[in-house]
Amino acid sequence: MAARPVQGGLCMVMAIALIVIVVGSVLFHFLSPWVATPLASNWHQMDATLTITLVITGVFFIGINLFVVWTLLRYRHKEGLRAAYEPNNHKLERRLTLFTSIGIMALLAPGLFVYAEYVEPPKDALVMEVLGQQWQWRYRFPGPSGKLGLTDPRFVAGNNPFGIDPGDPNGREDIVVNSNEVHLPLGRPVKVLLRSHDVLHDFFAPPFRARMNMVPGMVTSFWFTPTQVGRFEVLCAQLCGMGHSNMRGYVVVDEPQKFAAWLKEQPTHAMALAPPAAAAVAAAPGDRVANGKALAQSKGCVACHTVDGSAGVGPTWKGLFGKTETMADGSTAKVDEAYIHDFIRNPSARVVKGFQPIMPKLDVSDEEMAALTAYIASLGGGAARP
Amino acid sequence: MAYADAHDDHGPQSFWTKYVWSQDHKVIAIQYAGTAILVGLVGVALSNLMRLQLGFPGVFKFIDPEHYYQFVTMHGMIMVIYLLTALFLGGFGNYCIPLMVGARDMVFPFLNMLSFWVYLLSVIVLMVSFFVPGGPTGAGWTLYPPQAVLPGTPGASWGIVLMLVSLAIFIVAATMGGLNYVTTVLQARTRGMTLLRMPLTVWGIFVATILALLAFPALFVSAVMMLLDRLLGTSFFMPALVSMGQVSEYRGGSPLLFQHLFWFFGHPEVYIVALPAFGIVSDLISVHARKSIFGYRQMVWAIVAIGVLSVVVWAHHMFVSGMNPYFGFFFATTTLIIAVPTAIKVYNWLLTLWRGDIHLSVPMLFALGFISTFAIGGLTGLFLGNVSVDIPLSNTYFVVAHFHMVMGVSPILVVFGGLYHWYPKISGRMLNDTLGRIHFWVTFLGTYAIFFPMHYLGVLGMPRRYYAYEGYEFIPPSALHLNTFISVVAFVVATAQLLFVFNLLWSLKYGRASGPNPWRAASLEWQTPDTPPVHGNWGPHLPVAYRWAYAYSVPGAPEDFIAQNAPPEAGGFEPEPGHDTATRGVPA
Repeated sequence: MAARPVQGGLCMVMAIALIVIVVGSVLFHFLSPWVATPLASNWHQMDATLTITLVITGVFFIGINLFVVWTLLRYRHKEGLRAAYEPNNHKLERRLTLFTSIGIMALLAPGLFVYAEYVEPPKDALVMEVLGQQWQWRYRFPGPSGKLGLTDPRFVAGNNPFGIDPGDPNGREDIVVNSNEVHLPLGRPVKVLLRSHDVLHDFFAPPFRARMNMVPGMVTSFWFTPTQVGRFEVLCAQLCGMGHSNMRGYVVVDEPQKFAAWLKEQPTHAMALAPPAAAAVAAAPGDRVANGKALAQSKGCVACHTVDGSAGVGPTWKGLFGKTETMADGSTAKVDEAYIHDFIRNPSARVVKGFQPIMPKLDVSDEEMAALTAYIASLGGGAARP
Repeated sequence: MAYADAHDDHGPQSFWTKYVWSQDHKVIAIQYAGTAILVGLVGVALSNLMRLQLGFPGVFKFIDPEHYYQFVTMHGMIMVIYLLTALFLGGFGNYCIPLMVGARDMVFPFLNMLSFWVYLLSVIVLMVSFFVPGGPTGAGWTLYPPQAVLPGTPGASWGIVLMLVSLAIFIVAATMGGLNYVTTVLQARTRGMTLLRMPLTVWGIFVATILALLAFPALFVSAVMMLLDRLLGTSFFMPALVSMGQVSEYRGGSPLLFQHLFWFFGHPEVYIVALPAFGIVSDLISVHARKSIFGYRQMVWAIVAIGVLSVVVWAHHMFVSGMNPYFGFFFATTTLIIAVPTAIKVYNWLLTLWRGDIHLSVPMLFALGFISTFAIGGLTGLFLGNVSVDIPLSNTYFVVAHFHMVMGVSPILVVFGGLYHWYPKISGRMLNDTLGRIHFWVTFLGTYAIFFPMHYLGVLGMPRRYYAYEGYEFIPPSALHLNTFISVVAFVVATAQLLFVFNLLWSLKYGRASGPNPWRAASLEWQTPDTPPVHGNWGPHLPVAYRWAYAYSVPGAPEDFIAQNAPPEAGGFEPEPGHDTATRGVPA
């Protein structure tokens, strides 16, 4: 065994370390700038159960550590000292078991009451469906019938991201939001239906607290009531592949009238299917770049393509335009307008060397294509080479 | 049983049969532990690569999203399966069980040898996946379909196949070893070694092994089913899909089925790691506090109760998975019930220290470190097990902090404590104390600094398994600075582990000679006639157990411990059920 003086000193060091951990934890808790986002939904009870749990477990954490500190100071080895012989103490064991069981019930009961509300969405809730796909969000609301159209992955296409069944009249009335940003009315419960056609995702806006995974092959759901006006970030919280950390979306909570006005502006599925009536008026080049930037955000391009030259799932757009790219098969191609058009229209035709063949095919109109190309070209800088 | 009946007198003689194709449980234990530690170092290195990206996003160009997710996945799988499971069952189980129950070896030595070589094969297959086209899988250690087998996830072509094959091979190895450990505990105990006289180390490993035998088949079938989905186009876990714009051939499978199977294995797996740790740490605390473990029978029943409950809590990993939401009530309740036997274990460790004679040796330092880190990891489990508290925290850094504390840091501290404790018996030499203390302080304080703040990032809402966090408005820049701090600490802690490996190797030759029982411990493994124990362990006569393994500081006894095989006159018997003190415990 080690020399005795070292033993005593070590006990002190360990006791001090544990005290520092306890005091440090408590200080950290009160001084930490990393706190929950301000609540923006009805789920204040979830925050309350978190607080109850934190207080009860915090007391145990402090108690356990300080008990060890006390035994270290009081019962550390001294010459001639002998440990007590006490293999059992049934009364103490029974009391501790009872005391712990009560503590556990105090934690569990409030949690289950809150959960009972979580699993029962209000009958009058507004229905919104969210589609997660690598690595974008899309939304739809039911039309006047109040029923969402049936879907099947067979029908998925660029202009039909949900795969709405063309034979279902309800589907034609569906309001489809072909962007990663959706609006919701303040103060009305929303039942969120969740759907995916590729892999698992999770629709998570931290200020709403509520969330659920989306699972291909089934529809999942959760509900919440927005209680704050504002624009809230949505992120994917279930690993869904290489673009996972950039699967961004937004929920904009509006006053009810403003929401109704916004909803009215959104096209129905039938309108999205119809061939473009008159060619949209071509925008000026400057506007095109701005439009392209907005499109890159809303279509989810930026999940994979960075614009600052940093690494991403796909090639960065900084300096891309005008550059000569090497393909996986060793051929080379100059990045110009035709190259970008071909790539967006038919992404699986070829693969840039060093990247995976995973670019999805998106529905892009000619005008949108022009805007995206203008935006990418604006980041290229002609002769700019990495 | 006569010695000569069971074994030849000399044991294997050549180098190859003695150290390589060995059927001796002690050699197999070292082979298992050595392989696990080596592969564990790979796991640590992967975690540091991951921390390079999180702490210094974009600085290291070679860590693109593809590599990042491969590091995340391989780190997780290596640490949980190939390090911790293999080390506790294959390493500690092999070494401790026969010596602690007074057996000459495992009952099926040949199967035991096969178990190690098959385990090594599983490790090799896993390592090969780093070098195949597309690299190892990046699906996360949970390998959730559909993404695990679809493009868009790294290693969806070869990496996932090799991962699943490696897991299946590992399970074959674990089953061969597990049958051996269970049979040895049930059939090969020496005279007088009743089940309720076994050290808690054996109890922990015994129940963990039973759990492994029951839980691993669920992983085995899910690995086979996913392989069929991936290679033959079956649809066990694959519904109709559109992947990267292509409609797949899959039809009607259920991704949730995989999650249920995975966690039916995955949650018992937590206890496959934790129960041996509970057992070992009970022995460390008792020996180094010179005090009989408090509430031995309660400790045994707690281990058994945790084992039983652990197979009915799995879906608390799936509260937001989209399963039938009403399951949440059941699984939240079972999960919180499991906290009761777990809390009892913590109390009993504390009450063993209470009124003890605490020797703060290096193993004891690690045992105390375990109590503190297990306390925080166990308590945060009450957040995540309580369904409505879990909903906002699920899949955030809170989860990362919780499971690293509870099944990463705290069990690994017990692994270290156990190695410092039994190294003298294994090698005949002490590990260096100074290096051991440095190793302890850096690891203990370092892991606190790494994981404690992560709880708060989780409450903030930062999701886990993110390649980068830039551009999210709700994440303040200070959180990214915190990530840099955590990364720097992680590098320091990782470096300290090299010190430990150095200590293991250096002390083999230069360590102080330990003698047969340096800690003055009572359990049988310290009473072998030779140190290190030779083939057959006990010489001509098997030991006889006359008492339990916790006869420490018995009043009136000349020394502060009475060996389990000391003659009955020495006293120190285990307390009779229902009595607070050992009625027969005091020597006449």
